Amino acid sequence: MIADTPPLVRLTGVSKHYGGVHALREVDFSARAGSIHGVLGENGAGKSTLIKIIAGVVQPSAGELAIDGRPASFASPQAANAAGVVCVFQELSLLPDLSVADNICITRPPRRLGLIDRRAQRRRAEELLARIGCADIDPRLPVKALPLSRRQMVEIAKALGRNPRLLILDEATSALTAADVEKVYALLHQLRREGLGILYISHRMPEIKALCDTCSVFRNGRHIDTFPAGERADDEVVRMLIGREIHSAYPPKPVRTEAPAPVLETRGLRWGQRLADISLTVGRGEIVGLGGLDGQGQRELLLALFGVLRGVEGSVLVDGRPVRIGSPSRAKSAGIRMALIPEDRKTEGLLLPMSVGENITLAALGGMAKAGVIDRKRESDSIARMVEALRIKIGSADAAVGTLSGGNQQKVAIAKWLLTDARIVLLNDPTRGIDVGTKQEIYQLLHDLAAAGTSILFYSTDYDELIGCCDRVLILYGGRVIRTLEGEAITETNIVASALNLETNGQAAEAVPA
Amino acid sequence: MIPLFHRASRQGGLLIALALFVLFYGLYTFEHPRGGSADLIVQNANETFTLALVAMAQTVPVLLGGLDLSVGPLMTMVNCLASHLLVGDGWDLAFGIVLCLCAGLLAGFVNGALVVYGRIQPIIATLATGAVLIGIALFLRPTPGGAVDSDLSWAATNTLFDVADTYGWWGGDLPGWFRAIQSIPVPVILIVLVVLLVWLPFKNSVTGRGCYAIGSSEQAAFMSGVAIDRSKLAAFTLAGFFAAVAGVYLALQTGSGNADTPMAGAYTLNSIAAVVIGGTSLFGGSGGAVASIVGVMVLRAISFCFRVVPEDSPLGFLANPLLQPLFEGVILLGAVSLGAARVFTVKNRLQLFG
Amino acid sequence: MQDFIRSIDRPILVACGFVVLILAAGTAYTAITQGTATFLSPVYLLQQLKVAAFLGVAAAGMMLVILMGHIDLSVPWTIAASAMLATAAGGPEAIPVGLAVGALVGLVNGLGVAVLRIPSMIFTLGVNTVLRGLMVMLTGGFSPTTMATPPMQFLAKTELLGIPMAVFVWALLSLGIVFLLTRTPMGRYIYAIGNREAAAYLSGVNTRLVILGAFTLCGLCSALAGILLAGYSSKAYQAMGDPYLLPAIAAVVIGGTNILGGQGRYAGTVVGTILIVLLQSVLSVMQMPEAGRQIIYGLVIILMLVLYGRGGRPAA
Repeated sequence: MIADTPPLVRLTGVSKHYGGVHALREVDFSARAGSIHGVLGENGAGKSTLIKIIAGVVQPSAGELAIDGRPASFASPQAANAAGVVCVFQELSLLPDLSVADNICITRPPRRLGLIDRRAQRRRAEELLARIGCADIDPRLPVKALPLSRRQMVEIAKALGRNPRLLILDEATSALTAADVEKVYALLHQLRREGLGILYISHRMPEIKALCDTCSVFRNGRHIDTFPAGERADDEVVRMLIGREIHSAYPPKPVRTEAPAPVLETRGLRWGQRLADISLTVGRGEIVGLGGLDGQGQRELLLALFGVLRGVEGSVLVDGRPVRIGSPSRAKSAGIRMALIPEDRKTEGLLLPMSVGENITLAALGGMAKAGVIDRKRESDSIARMVEALRIKIGSADAAVGTLSGGNQQKVAIAKWLLTDARIVLLNDPTRGIDVGTKQEIYQLLHDLAAAGTSILFYSTDYDELIGCCDRVLILYGGRVIRTLEGEAITETNIVASALNLETNGQAAEAVPA
Repeated sequence: MIPLFHRASRQGGLLIALALFVLFYGLYTFEHPRGGSADLIVQNANETFTLALVAMAQTVPVLLGGLDLSVGPLMTMVNCLASHLLVGDGWDLAFGIVLCLCAGLLAGFVNGALVVYGRIQPIIATLATGAVLIGIALFLRPTPGGAVDSDLSWAATNTLFDVADTYGWWGGDLPGWFRAIQSIPVPVILIVLVVLLVWLPFKNSVTGRGCYAIGSSEQAAFMSGVAIDRSKLAAFTLAGFFAAVAGVYLALQTGSGNADTPMAGAYTLNSIAAVVIGGTSLFGGSGGAVASIVGVMVLRAISFCFRVVPEDSPLGFLANPLLQPLFEGVILLGAVSLGAARVFTVKNRLQLFG
Repeated sequence: MQDFIRSIDRPILVACGFVVLILAAGTAYTAITQGTATFLSPVYLLQQLKVAAFLGVAAAGMMLVILMGHIDLSVPWTIAASAMLATAAGGPEAIPVGLAVGALVGLVNGLGVAVLRIPSMIFTLGVNTVLRGLMVMLTGGFSPTTMATPPMQFLAKTELLGIPMAVFVWALLSLGIVFLLTRTPMGRYIYAIGNREAAAYLSGVNTRLVILGAFTLCGLCSALAGILLAGYSSKAYQAMGDPYLLPAIAAVVIGGTNILGGQGRYAGTVVGTILIVLLQSVLSVMQMPEAGRQIIYGLVIILMLVLYGRGGRPAA
């Protein structure tokens, strides 16, 4: 190790908060050139925010960033690129209708007489694709013709074309086939030999072990530890990831003597490429959790149940009767009484410019109208009731929902569905980006609902929650339920191991082709 | 092999449009007593040119994912302007043409500025500027009138031979290579020139490609560092230019300026239909001006067919001139409806919402 | 008083200000050129109200559609077609036939937009052309010679308490629209769809039905405007609806309704209508030719949009 040259990138005392939520707390972190530095952490640990700051997508709220020992501040991804910092993002930045070559050379294409030199561009694309071992991708194809795995490779080639000195890959292999994963490993090793610094963000331990020479673990926005790869045993790392302390207190789980009557049941649910075969049951008063890595079908399952997806095969039964749910308004209807608190409250759950009251009553409005006229008294009573019950902090119910904090917004989104008196409540990662206090309140709410007989199915990226709230946890992988954990078996180790598709003796399974 | 297949399917819409054109124009040529004759082809080309340019104008904002409702009014305004300026001798004429084209560029640029800096949606911004442009046109020509240089008018609406003849090129003794191409109608030459000298360079420039990028995914374009404002401004300015060319030609063709509001509206609507028929997606990101030219050719061929339907055939009722606006309307509606067929293929209904 | 002013939308205040401005400008003009203040006379103002009624009815329907983030460009020929078919039908069926035509057109528009998901701008433009074609076919290109029936004329021309019936019709319609928008679930859903259709959909709102309903109502309003116009002129005539499209959109937008939908109060549309009618009237007294009028329309729309926060959504 050349200890006296400054690290390629160093963060000192960097914090980032969004409103009341601390994404990063006083992080000191550094990475060197000529190394592959893994960044490990659960969802919400702060990894994404860390690299967004380094890559120029967001500014830190406090602290300093230095490149090669010199202070730096990037106002935009382009500024970061100019300094040699290039990031391959999780959300692809490819333009679907344009060709691979066009995408790779989108910002500074080779030019001739002021116009884009397509032949030179194609050659450049071919070179870059060959470098990452994907010479079989024809640069003339439109990106939308490629499967997700190949698109990710194109994204990597594009990043390479920007001549990075520090290359950041954020969950870059999550969509790749096993073969492509090998190519990426080979490429990264080659780049390391060439002196690039590489930050590799993942929560797949087998990958980190195979690839990285240094590892950093993050948890709850803090940098926990950095160590050379292989120095710590697997279970020690898992403990670091999860932490011994359970930070939230969860309401006690009910003790059941017998399995509750099934309210919601699916048999062989299939949809496109994302749901392969889901069969599950949720009983009366049960809280069932969906776990697993991102993108294994959890979100699609909830959407399918709620009637948003077209072409869903298999059967869904409510109270033992087969039902066809073709739209959310059908899901909401009297015979089924399902509710969905969607993933993105800002674009799917709430109407931000409209008032708190209008948002709360939106789903239940039909029931509050007599002969087509809204009963104003009933409306304001219901609003007041919900605001009080959920302790939503607002000045008045007329305030626009967009002015509320994230936690309060989520409470409004939930209140909306509570008013419909739903029997089956689906939640799509309900506490993401919400402060701890509000999270507690939501857990208590779910507990109370279940105690009153509501069946709850919820997807969370926070394993703590799944452990604390659920009677049962279903781990999804590749659109299937690969493991069901119940009662005492719901432990951190089991969830993480199942999610990573590790057999309990620690061997990694094959990555599922995209 | 595979890239060829993808090229073909990408251009699928365009190929279908070409096939439709061949079908309808073939039908027309077959039925028309003078079908296939040079005179007729020249006449058809003249009738097609103006709309083709307006459709090219419409294409560029559509590539961005927007729409320009001022293309018809812009053409009309330049038409009226041209009816004042296209008189006099050689240099006057040239200057007049340049001035007209500059007027188009300016109007287009204003559209772009309203969208980019005023942050007004293209649809409503161009609706408003369209009204202003019609007003200017009415101001220039409260009643149809004016005049254009008759030589230029004749030359622009006939064949290359007539150009040489009118201006006495080579003293009447035309070289061999020229004689080979002398019967090509001038509008065809003009449109080829516009495509080669203006459209293709734009399409292959970084700014032009930026338009496709924005239409494909404005979010990803932004993340990739595409200069969004610049491309949007350029797109609307170019649209103004094409519409201005159409306006100048219309003046040469009709010999006068006519601030005809319904005609302006009809051109705008037809340009949208042509864009859709040519295969350019209304959501942006794919297609091109050449495809829209083919779209116009299809539209015109269909309307030509209406003229030659034999009255005594089972389709005779189609020849009724009173029915033509209705059929044209139905075809237009059908064309734009086809362009939105994705509603049937989408699997996640959330994607249907903008 | 402060609260009252704050509760009124800023755009409505600005629009009212402009109304006053226009009246002042017009009065100044007549004072200088003729020494009169005709613009402030009750006779004149009542006359303007009557003209405003026709535009106001069309604008009311347009507002419903714009609130959802859509637009209806088939208004011109829905007006004309309803009027022509109403006069052609004659007798007691005249008004129902006219309204039915409007409802049918609105339904077709709604199907294209809600089910086929074709952008409303384009679909309604196409429907407009088809309607025109249909009318040309049916009328042979001439204005129909049948007269407007007595009930139609009654609705438009008869005066009650010195105020023309058309104004009452407009007032009644306005009450209905305000009621719909503020007191019924459908009104709430219209705003919700304009704000974010995905969120409304995921809240279990049957967005298709709401869109269909709103477009149908817009068609009905256009038909009503056509019937009133025909009643006023005693007959229907070609292209009678064309002068109403741009002003209807302008009235809605000037009244503070966001062109992208989700925001706007009906009172604004009323003020916007009055503003446009006064503008038209002042311009014609000043003998401004059609050219100037078009230019001023366009400029006014742009100016208002820029003033109101540029036609985009307010930052959340």
